[in-house]
Amino acid sequence: MQQKRKRRSPYPTWFFLPAAIIYGTLFLVPNIASLWFSLTRWDLFTAEFIGLANFRQFFSEPFLVKSILNTIIYAVVTSGLKTVLGLLLAVLLVSPIIWRGALRTIVFFPVMVSTIGVGIAFTALMHPTRGAINVALENAFGIIGPGWLTDPSLALLSVAFVDIWKGVGLATVIYMAGVVSIPQDYYEASRIDGATKVQQFWRITLPLVWPATITVVTLSLISGLRYFELIWAMTGGGPGFASDVVASMIYKQYQAGFYGLATAGNVVLFILIALIVLPMTWWFNRREVEA
Amino acid sequence: MNRDIAKSRQRRRIAAGVLTMTAFLAVFVTPFIFILFQAVKDRRAANRLEFSWPESWHFWENLVAVIEARNYIVLLAFFNSTIITVASVTLLVIFAAMVGYVLSRRRTRFNGIVMALVLAGLMIPPAVVPTIWVLQGLGLFKTIHGFVLIQVAYGLSFSILLFRAFIATIPRELDEAAIIDGAKPLQVFFKVVLPLLKPVVVTNIVVQSVTIFNDFVNALYYMPGRENVTVQLTLFNFQSQFSSQYNLLFMNILLITIPPLLVFIFFNRQIVAGMTAGAIKG
Repeated sequence: MQQKRKRRSPYPTWFFLPAAIIYGTLFLVPNIASLWFSLTRWDLFTAEFIGLANFRQFFSEPFLVKSILNTIIYAVVTSGLKTVLGLLLAVLLVSPIIWRGALRTIVFFPVMVSTIGVGIAFTALMHPTRGAINVALENAFGIIGPGWLTDPSLALLSVAFVDIWKGVGLATVIYMAGVVSIPQDYYEASRIDGATKVQQFWRITLPLVWPATITVVTLSLISGLRYFELIWAMTGGGPGFASDVVASMIYKQYQAGFYGLATAGNVVLFILIALIVLPMTWWFNRREVEA
Repeated sequence: MNRDIAKSRQRRRIAAGVLTMTAFLAVFVTPFIFILFQAVKDRRAANRLEFSWPESWHFWENLVAVIEARNYIVLLAFFNSTIITVASVTLLVIFAAMVGYVLSRRRTRFNGIVMALVLAGLMIPPAVVPTIWVLQGLGLFKTIHGFVLIQVAYGLSFSILLFRAFIATIPRELDEAAIIDGAKPLQVFFKVVLPLLKPVVVTNIVVQSVTIFNDFVNALYYMPGRENVTVQLTLFNFQSQFSSQYNLLFMNILLITIPPLLVFIFFNRQIVAGMTAGAIKG
């Protein structure tokens, strides 16, 4: 009475197949192929091996180097402010404030809206002479506002500001879930010991929302490094190359027909993300274990 | 005296609420009011870019003008975007649920690799030009079905994580009972498990459809050309074409904002649940 045949599992591994085929063909294969094509001069039909020339170009052309710096600035500024503001808003929105539901809805709505639409609206609001922001500044304080998107030293930060405006709701929602899951006992016990609200925030809330912090920082950093929609809608990388990031440079090189260089840009972006995100995740997780 | 304290505390709460609401309205709602005002103004008034109450309302006129622009391209774009969104989300939900199901039910030798690939999908930027090369090789470049598959490939990671976390909370006994009754794996999955996943399916549908409907960059790369326009591409192209007709440009923004707004009104709770799911595990 031995088992006749090994019974098939009711959870067959071929359930992975449909997803694996699509993911493999359209995500994995291109990414692996990019390692080769980034070493070539390429027009989609013939690829000529040129070694590391694309990478050398990426790190020697001033505007390409600048785009790498801009990417880091943009990601750090947006991610940092989304994290800080998201936590503060979350603490506010889980406190027993009136109209709490409505307030939560208001913060989150911009997350859902078309980035291009938001970009166009803010481009109009930031118009150097006619835009509502500068008109308001002049009427209220008599200040002549700067050219938010036309001043090369401001353009990138202005776009980053809009990015924060649009994305802070997501950070807030993630933090809200984190803050709610902190047991109330901690707050009660500390209140009996005479802790102030500020002390409670630093000593209880901040350490205990650590997992949410990891998520918010990682998510916003990765998206800050990768996306260029808003930049494309608002400045197109300009004025000049002042607000270009690696992702928008990749698109520009692609448009210009430099496919090998564009692909090298992709590899650079990947390495950049890995260099920033992997050590950070490792550090975050170690701190979590210690805590 | 206690009542006085309670009363002053109550008053402070109301004051804090009013203050917060005012700040929130000023920061988060004003830009939307600006969009609305711009969309209903006449051409001259809109081009002044003033943030002011419209002197005259031209809602219908502008709406019709936007829809008729460039031979009804907005309608075509809405049609394409709807098809893309519905098709991609359907495939995403089914395929991701299948992966999440086996991943959380059975320890296979693939589990480690699958999880590594899922995380890689969240982190690694897609290699766009080689993807175009692959799509061309398959004859799928600039086609709607090719674009649907792209959206599925890019969305899988997030959906799989959502499903895996949720399926782990469903007792195994349920599917084991069906297996003992002789159900085949596909039957177990579609008839027993999938119906139990309704909350996470709704979350997936809502989050992914908003993401895909709003996606611009992928459309920019993979859907060049006139007949395959999506709503976001049309809006982007209108930016240069309508540079002297801000009323129409903003009417288009308004139109594009309506579908997510509807989704948001009906599924507010699921969206928030979905955005935070898995977030707390770290």
